[in-house]
Amino acid sequence: MLGEGIVKGLAETARNFLGSYVSKDRLTTVQYPEERLPQIEAARNFPFLVYDGEDWQQGMRCVSCLICEKECPPKCISIEKSKDKKLDASGKPQFYPTVFNIDVSVCMSCQICVEVCPFDAIKMDVDFELSTKDRFGDLLWNKERLSKSNEYYREIHPTEAAAVDAQLAEERAKLEAKSKLAAEAKAAAAATVPAQPAVGATAEK
Amino acid sequence: MSATTAATAHFTPKPSTDGGEGQLLEVSMGPQHPSTHGVFRMDVALDGERVVKLKPVFGYLHRNHEKIAETETYLGSMPYTDRLDYLCSITNNWAYALAVEKLAGIQVPERAEYLRVITGELTRLQNHTSVIGFLLQDMGASGTPLMYAFREREKVLDLFESLTGSRMMCNYMRFGGCRADMPAGWLQQAQKVVEAFPRFLDEFERLLSGNEILMARTQGVGVLSKELAVDAGITGPMLRGSGVNYDIRKVDKYGIYERFSFKVPLGEHGDVYDRYMVRLLEMRESVKILQQAMRDVPPGPIMDAKTKLRGFRPKAGEAYGRIESPKGELGFYLISDGSPNPYRYRVRPPSLVNLTVLEDMCLGQNVADIVVILGSIDFILGEVDR
Amino acid sequence: MNLETIKSEIEANVPGCRLEIVPNNSPSGQHSLLIDSETALTVARFLRDAAHLRFDYCSNVTGIDWPGKEISEKVKIKKILDGVEQEVEEIQKTQSAGHLEAVYHLYSMEKKHGPVILRMRTEDRADRIHLPSLTPIWRSAEFQEREIFDLYGIVFDGHPDLRRILMWDGFEDHPMRRDYVEPDDYEYEPTPHDAVLQKAKQHLSETGGR
Repeated sequence: MLGEGIVKGLAETARNFLGSYVSKDRLTTVQYPEERLPQIEAARNFPFLVYDGEDWQQGMRCVSCLICEKECPPKCISIEKSKDKKLDASGKPQFYPTVFNIDVSVCMSCQICVEVCPFDAIKMDVDFELSTKDRFGDLLWNKERLSKSNEYYREIHPTEAAAVDAQLAEERAKLEAKSKLAAEAKAAAAATVPAQPAVGATAEK
Repeated sequence: MSATTAATAHFTPKPSTDGGEGQLLEVSMGPQHPSTHGVFRMDVALDGERVVKLKPVFGYLHRNHEKIAETETYLGSMPYTDRLDYLCSITNNWAYALAVEKLAGIQVPERAEYLRVITGELTRLQNHTSVIGFLLQDMGASGTPLMYAFREREKVLDLFESLTGSRMMCNYMRFGGCRADMPAGWLQQAQKVVEAFPRFLDEFERLLSGNEILMARTQGVGVLSKELAVDAGITGPMLRGSGVNYDIRKVDKYGIYERFSFKVPLGEHGDVYDRYMVRLLEMRESVKILQQAMRDVPPGPIMDAKTKLRGFRPKAGEAYGRIESPKGELGFYLISDGSPNPYRYRVRPPSLVNLTVLEDMCLGQNVADIVVILGSIDFILGEVDR
Repeated sequence: MNLETIKSEIEANVPGCRLEIVPNNSPSGQHSLLIDSETALTVARFLRDAAHLRFDYCSNVTGIDWPGKEISEKVKIKKILDGVEQEVEEIQKTQSAGHLEAVYHLYSMEKKHGPVILRMRTEDRADRIHLPSLTPIWRSAEFQEREIFDLYGIVFDGHPDLRRILMWDGFEDHPMRRDYVEPDDYEYEPTPHDAVLQKAKQHLSETGGR
């Protein structure tokens, strides 16, 4: 019969319309911005710089190795390396970036900077409401604006942050054990053969 | 111009380019036409409502992706491939990863292969749903079918977001494996989506496949013969809609596709309706593949331990790797000269080659059918223009 | 199917053709066949039509630019130095012409085998850049050859509709060539750095700050 297919189709739309009153599966609309979907943990948007402790300048993990700048496909990162070294959160003297800018209008959120960073210093943020009225200055983010605390990182990516924290703690413990061992060896060397400082120097390495 | 010349011109259509004597109407469809799915233009010559000439005009989205890739490292090109066919970023990644793996002789771990099949077939599901939705939208079924299709697509995109971090620009694969492993509970969630998918397909078929208007608009429209399809290098659902049994998943058996049992749906008439049906049936086959892959996925590493992504320098040589992307054969042709950047990087885009026969399919049809035929080709301008 | 056997079969069936296997040292092992432009059409037709080969599907067509290299040679030249004829070794530099290359990846939809890779080379990169079009054999080459013409500047003789495809009609250069120089199309960018900043500075100094 001509029109049978159309009637069948209309029955289907009617089922969907009525179903939207009872089934959550059929009414999927969310009234953003009043309502929001729960944040997905793996989501990524723009990068931020992680710092340990309270002070962002002192705790910044970035040692200005310039790897992310080189690897960034659209070349949206620009870094200037410091001339001097500063103590980082664990008390080790490190280089630090005097300038660390990310042009968010160029960044394509690909996460390659995160993947190549050997220091876990740059991570992806989940904040997506970044619209601004100033399209010039506000789209170039400096290091102050990019810095976010490790606590914030734990909050947005709990699983990933836990793994990173564990790895960093392990590395730090190893380093401490090593330096302790070195110190002990140095002390022992100093006690037995005080005239040979070279032994201490090799143990330190 | 006298009335007699007008009458003869009507009966013997001439291309209007020869001195402006003909009575043909030249219409420029696009580049901002809603049916063109992007910025694409067709110079159409019409005799009344009939199409007598159609020349596609490309390049509005050209950014010389290939030249950019020659200045990037092998890893750095990966996120750019997402932007080729922006509906199916994962299959683009896969094709590129496959080409690099061929070039450097990299073995992919078992679990990564399964992850690739799972995400790749999910991509096929979400591409075909949106294409069918858009096809109906082009035909004037404003809203309803497209919204139903997008409702289902959304579920797949949510899966992508929780696995890869992004809904469309996934940047998921790496040469030598995949970037991220499945988070806890992801497989169960994906299984739920896949189990529920055939129900949506049934619903969609009840809604549309028997619809008289749809049949009137699509059956016998835009017929593409078997011989022309092969000659013009058409691939994907469009080729199979014309009845040629050629699916690269079956022919090349790349990855681990030989482990799964699935059929290759074929059309008979090569018209728009057959292409529509082939896509619907392909989704059912993809569901089958997904069920098998999700059942069998083994534990293990997801990245080849020997491959280093940074400072990757394959030996000098060349390789062509191709996969069956949702739109057809997507190939990457790479030449390495031993440096960190590829010497030559070429994308073989299925969308561009599939547009070769656009004029042949449209000649003699009504102008309104161009829109339908164009919708049934399933092309994405990000890939056509590169 | 072995490329050696295909080569000898073509040689047996197409008289006067000059074929050469171009080896590929990468793990992919995809060797290719260099064909000459005089018999290219006959070779292509044979590959498509021979009953047991049936390469009816031309998948990928692309161009490659191989710019000329500087070749330095040590040449002994007789010269008069301080009134005495002496043999002096000098380094003579010659510039090779380089060439453009078109590559065709062929598969068979009927027999489901492949790929066979064909290559054709132009004589140089300046004016002897003609190659025969294979579009009469495989229609799928139509847009892809147009693309090569557009981006590399190889002129395909016998192509039904050889126009620019991605760049606009008035465009002059061929952007995929290795020695292509971008025109100075400076656009104001609010936050330039690195290469963009260099470009901006150069532009501003040349145009006097406009």
